[in-house]
Amino acid sequence: MLQLQVTNSPFNESQVELLNRLLPSLTETQKIWLSGYISALHSAAETPSGTEPLTISTAATTDVISTAGQSAVSREVTVLFGSQTGNSQRLAGSLSRKLEEQGYQVTLASMNTFRPNGLKKVENLLLLVSTHGEGEPPDNARSFYEFLYSKRAPQLDNLRFSVLALGDTSYEFFCQTGKDFDQRLEELGGQRLTPRVDCDLDYDDQVTEWFKSVLSSLNGQSNAHTLAVEVVQAAESEESDYSRNNPFRAEVLENLNLNGRGSDRETRHLELSLEGSNLQFEPGDSLGVYPENHPELVDAIIEAMGWNSAETVPFNKKGEEGTLREALLYHYEITVLTKPLLEQAIQFSSASGLSELLAPGRQQDLKEYIQGRDLLDLVQDFGPWQAPARNFVTILRKLPARLYSIASSWKANPDEVHFTVRAVRYQAHGRDRYGVCSVHCAERVQPGGTLPIYIQHNPNFKLPANSDVPIIMIGPGTGVAPFRSFLEEREELGAQGKSWLIYGDRHFVTDFLYQTDWQRMLNDGVLTKLDVAFSRDTEEKVYVQHRIMEKSREIYEWLKEGAHIYICGDEKHMAHDVHSALITVIQVEGGISLEEAAAYLEDMQQQGRYQRDVY
Amino acid sequence: MANNEVVKPIGGPPSDVEHIKIESNYLRGALVETLRNPITGGLPEDDNRLLKFHGSYMQDDRDLRTERDRQKLEPAYQFMLRVVIPGGVMTSAQWLVMDDLAHKYGNGTLRITTRQAFQMHGVLKWNLKKTIRSINDTLMTTLAACGDVNRNVMSNPNPYQSEVHAEVNEWARKVSDHLSPRTPAYHEIWLDGEKVVDSLADGAEVEPIYGPVYLPRKFKIGMAVPPSNDVDVFSQDLGFIAIVEEGKLIGFNVSVGGGMGMTHGDTSTYPQLGRVIGFCRPEQLLDVSEKTVTIQRDYGNRSVRKNARFKYTIDRHGIEWFVSELHERLGWQLEAARSYHFDHNGERYGWVKGTNGKWNLSLYIQSGRIHDQDNNPLMTGLREIAKIHTGDFRLTPNQNLIIANVTSAKKGKITELAKQYGLTDGAHHSALRRSALSCVAFPTCGLAMAEAERYLPSLLDKLEVVLDKVGLRDEEINIRMTGCPNSCARPALGEISFIGKSLGRYNMYLGAGFAGDRLNKIYKENIDETEILETLEPIIHRYASERNTGEHFGDFVIRAGYVKAVTNGLNFHD
Repeated sequence: MLQLQVTNSPFNESQVELLNRLLPSLTETQKIWLSGYISALHSAAETPSGTEPLTISTAATTDVISTAGQSAVSREVTVLFGSQTGNSQRLAGSLSRKLEEQGYQVTLASMNTFRPNGLKKVENLLLLVSTHGEGEPPDNARSFYEFLYSKRAPQLDNLRFSVLALGDTSYEFFCQTGKDFDQRLEELGGQRLTPRVDCDLDYDDQVTEWFKSVLSSLNGQSNAHTLAVEVVQAAESEESDYSRNNPFRAEVLENLNLNGRGSDRETRHLELSLEGSNLQFEPGDSLGVYPENHPELVDAIIEAMGWNSAETVPFNKKGEEGTLREALLYHYEITVLTKPLLEQAIQFSSASGLSELLAPGRQQDLKEYIQGRDLLDLVQDFGPWQAPARNFVTILRKLPARLYSIASSWKANPDEVHFTVRAVRYQAHGRDRYGVCSVHCAERVQPGGTLPIYIQHNPNFKLPANSDVPIIMIGPGTGVAPFRSFLEEREELGAQGKSWLIYGDRHFVTDFLYQTDWQRMLNDGVLTKLDVAFSRDTEEKVYVQHRIMEKSREIYEWLKEGAHIYICGDEKHMAHDVHSALITVIQVEGGISLEEAAAYLEDMQQQGRYQRDVY
Repeated sequence: MANNEVVKPIGGPPSDVEHIKIESNYLRGALVETLRNPITGGLPEDDNRLLKFHGSYMQDDRDLRTERDRQKLEPAYQFMLRVVIPGGVMTSAQWLVMDDLAHKYGNGTLRITTRQAFQMHGVLKWNLKKTIRSINDTLMTTLAACGDVNRNVMSNPNPYQSEVHAEVNEWARKVSDHLSPRTPAYHEIWLDGEKVVDSLADGAEVEPIYGPVYLPRKFKIGMAVPPSNDVDVFSQDLGFIAIVEEGKLIGFNVSVGGGMGMTHGDTSTYPQLGRVIGFCRPEQLLDVSEKTVTIQRDYGNRSVRKNARFKYTIDRHGIEWFVSELHERLGWQLEAARSYHFDHNGERYGWVKGTNGKWNLSLYIQSGRIHDQDNNPLMTGLREIAKIHTGDFRLTPNQNLIIANVTSAKKGKITELAKQYGLTDGAHHSALRRSALSCVAFPTCGLAMAEAERYLPSLLDKLEVVLDKVGLRDEEINIRMTGCPNSCARPALGEISFIGKSLGRYNMYLGAGFAGDRLNKIYKENIDETEILETLEPIIHRYASERNTGEHFGDFVIRAGYVKAVTNGLNFHD
């Protein structure tokens, strides 16, 4: 057996030293016991309770790679995923199980736990990855992504691969990370098993198509289609009958504004009943909520197009239909413009403006036009239209669910789920604009009414399995929501681990979300420390990263004690600033270089000790 | 103290507040830490008790309390800051600082209190220190504006007799300084003073007058210059009545044992008027004040706070005991009281020329609240005046304002500004409204049981209709309203008074003396607005038709048999 080193394992120096001291001293029985213990720990941490644990074997814990290549026709498949909210991870897991059933030897791993120097030996690689923000990889794909683009990336002449890219066509850099991986693997010498598939928000059909191609090209599976459908279904259905494709209509128990009078913000706290749904979740999971479009916007579009709101139109490709007004209220996305939508709309527009906008060389104009505009703008700007409603609606995207971090613990309130949503209202292009789901929740959802919901498990944002481990939670604004769930859970479990919440918003008096909850938890000792930053109360704006810098020494001490760090909230500014602040803390307090500090944090991320749920 | 040794301080275990005081290390408590706690905008109860001595109360917006609780927000904690202004006299520069602070840290309003002090409302915990420091920088203080110490010393701002006024006011200032707490805690906490090492084992040296536990309860001193009794001298724990002969101040009659506060349903509590016990020379004033305070310090009830005011100490032991104890401590005796005469306790509005040739403009300020309203930019107007005014501002005991000591040269400009911003002497209001007094009550006061400042104006609207009908619009009648029986607006001295019982309900009192020389008596209990109007209308009608020449409303209701005259606070409840 090979000697563990920092360079050939995911462990740091002190861990390697401890392991190398311990491992040779173990008897055979002890080794067997320990391996069982660790995998049990692992599945407890990674999978929701009550579900069949998914066997995740990483290259680091099992030596699959070294035994690969035993059979001439490769029955070995490596499935790697890069996932922020859990979609590609869930799909990867489901695909892996199906492949195993078919007799494949599957190595399933998240990209950051996969040992990159094992890549050279991989023959079949299936890579599922989402894209974030401005074309960026998810947190757990970042290190692998950088490796592939580095000089250390190996030549991969024996590799057959295929990429499934998840994304959203309303973003400029749609599926960019998937595209990057696809291109890079080819550059390194890999051969495509089957072409990359780029998925939009409503991804089921595209995913099925990709699975089908993958399965048939791997080994000429004749029943590939059936299997592919099963894979997608299995990825959705879990402990409950309800899922993304079959949402549960949850009764609204409570819907209140958390911002005090005088605030320029409105943040809703909703409590829903899960009674009868069998839905379960863990702290860190998200709630998918299907909203309804704003009736004013729907009516304005119908009027602008001269349509009849009672006309019967299809709701989807499955043949369900109903009135046009219902279709636009509940089934189709009308608040976001995408390039594919505009391209398809050309067929209905008798003006030349639209095709001119889509002409080659006008990408910048197109990007600017799409930004902040909705379907009403489109129909007003590029009329006259020759567009029968029942044809036009088919070019619209399905109204997608919105994901919100769950703000309650299932263990503490098993029949309820709480979530936190900030109403988005702004002016753009001369008109009031409303966030679809947030304003729906703020204005049109009353206690006693219902919301169609499902649970989206997020394995990448989880409390430490060991409840004695200290946690540092950084969550300004609505980013604080999952930490209410974390702390409720720890309270329910009687956890002994220390906890530290760093919160911020604009004004202390009106914007301190869940203030009395935190005060009670502090008082009861459930929460050990609470630091707050209110940016608009002082002349100089103070944010959470300033509090982190102020408490630099203490943060570092907690890290040395093994604390996990969690960040939730705004990705663009906050998560970036907090990341830099943490590196500075580690650099200054650890007396190391900037590069070493960055590597330290990277290492924490690898170990699952630095987790982010940012959006 | 030879013949008084038989009288022992009242027994019983010390009240909670006494414990807080003794453990506070001269008013420090944990204030430095709790003020800094960023998780709550409030303070723990113990520190809030101590904060009062520093001139501030923690309050919250009571209108929002239930709503915020549902929103998982703590109450909208905010702080009231009270500024000590002896005799209510302040400079233009000080006015401008207060105006600025009210906008920067407060709720954009200032309130003239019934003790000639200034209150700011709505200051957040994080801004307390900056605000107090700015107040201190402009040579004012909040120390001892509240708490179990001597409070703001009132004095008559009478513009007719300004030379005497100036002299009396100077004495008010001296008394205030003399009785100001000496603890360095104020400096340490608010002004970043060096922490003074507690090398003094003997508490008496830190607080030579108060000692380590201060007084059993608040202590109030007021100085009147007859014939005006606008300070309500008999409502004070210790009152001084200026005696003027041939335009010269020769000394003061001393009145002791007055006080307004009581508790609903507890007849061991009652309002009381001070009793005149003798006369002292101006140079003896500080000595009399100090020794009176020390007697209350030693004999006041420290077990039951609602019986702790000086009036109960005196009534328990008897006035003769007190005089004898005072003489004992003074080492000399008061002279016999001189004659004096009060004829009113209200204001004289409008421009009046003082004996020094300077002009004084008395403005009517409803409920003492200085703010800008849509059609009434009062606060802006006063700020504009303060920018050019070279004299002073005087806050009156009736919560009004005098622009005082205006030179003939500035009179025109100030008249113009007053007109431009709609500042008024209240001439267009009924005399009833001009004499009205109310406390703050909702939404900021934690003690309020009913509305006062926000409600009284609309009640007056309805009463004015009645007065107009019978031609009494210009008849001065003192009307007062407080939201609770703690009696900040001295309601026991209103010819018509209302003390809040619960939202929309009041006890109604009638029959106080027009010059603040007789307490009123309860007439109706727990009545709402309809009953208030139904009750008062026939009485006002009868008053209009049956009163004797010059007979005040408070005297009439007694003669007509509506209430019995209260001759002593001890029979207030009879």
